[in-house]
Amino acid sequence: MYVIIAGAGKVGWNLARELLAKQHEVTLIEDDRRRYLVVEQELEHAVQYGDATELWVLERAGIQRADLVIAVTGDDEDNMLICQVAKEKYLTQRIVARVNNPRNLQHFRLLGIQPAVSATDLILRLIEHEVPQYGLVQLLALEGERLEIIELEVSEGAPAAGRKVGDVSLPDGALIISVLRDGGGFVPKSDTVIEAGDEVLLILDPGLESAITPQFTTSAAAA
Amino acid sequence: MLILIVGAGRVGSAVAKQALEAGHDVSVLDQDPLSHEQLDKDLVDTWEDAGGRFTVGTALEVDALVEAGIEHADVFIASTRGDNTNLVVAQIAQKRFQVPRVVVRVADPARAAWYAEQGLQTICPTQHAIDLVKEAALAPMA
Repeated sequence: MYVIIAGAGKVGWNLARELLAKQHEVTLIEDDRRRYLVVEQELEHAVQYGDATELWVLERAGIQRADLVIAVTGDDEDNMLICQVAKEKYLTQRIVARVNNPRNLQHFRLLGIQPAVSATDLILRLIEHEVPQYGLVQLLALEGERLEIIELEVSEGAPAAGRKVGDVSLPDGALIISVLRDGGGFVPKSDTVIEAGDEVLLILDPGLESAITPQFTTSAAAA
Repeated sequence: MLILIVGAGRVGSAVAKQALEAGHDVSVLDQDPLSHEQLDKDLVDTWEDAGGRFTVGTALEVDALVEAGIEHADVFIASTRGDNTNLVVAQIAQKRFQVPRVVVRVADPARAAWYAEQGLQTICPTQHAIDLVKEAALAPMA
């Protein structure tokens, strides 16, 4: 596989290393001269100096034959535009963009740049997962497949508390896949009884959250 | 007609003042509060006294764009110093807010040409400079 990576920061450099170790062909593009010279000491001809938002730089790197273009610069506008021209001008099969500021994720979506990966978002979710005061945590979103996995804490007095998994009323397109209790997790059966204080993981079609949440929270807790 | 201009540099602020003078509503968005001086320059009073609007904010912040009036804009001009910011914010104006006319300044001729093919109204000062310099330099000697 031939991979072009724009941006030789920590993410881009390590990504290039990993892909090279897996025997892929890689070109890394970096527009900061000093950074380029540092990285070039190790990666030699696998790194090129230039601004990857410029078309001739991408063409020099051989974007016409790239199987995958990854834009991981520290600038969201750059990442969006690199992926946009890769996809729409050079018809690159697969693109991956890094989102530096999660607030820009909507713009990546607007321009059809997917997948767009936000490290900040991932870290935030892990923190929410560790800090239990959040009611609903989105653990994973498979946007291409239109599925997501969420985590909910079961409040005292919620409709689902004390009820069997099979008896919890859930909309079509939602399934309880795991129960976390006393520091451990297990996959429940339909007759497993959910207790207040449990955390449950559900897999669901996006958009069903608001129909699901009331089953695991009391109206007071939700308000 | 409401004209929203993002980027109050030399081009943006000059266009803003001329559009205001021509009787249009003009709103300017720039991330640098000091860019306001560009707008006040050569005016008798301040930009606001003359009837203009000014919002401090970055182009990619939707809240700032809305505050500057993008939802009611008839014309959107992206004229910040950065090509990439201009190209992204112009597409936001066009695709998300359906502004009827979007004009975007792009210094890089190659991308100005490609994005023009994609339906953006790009203006490339570099290309104009190339054409004019070429014409002046290569004109037949008298």
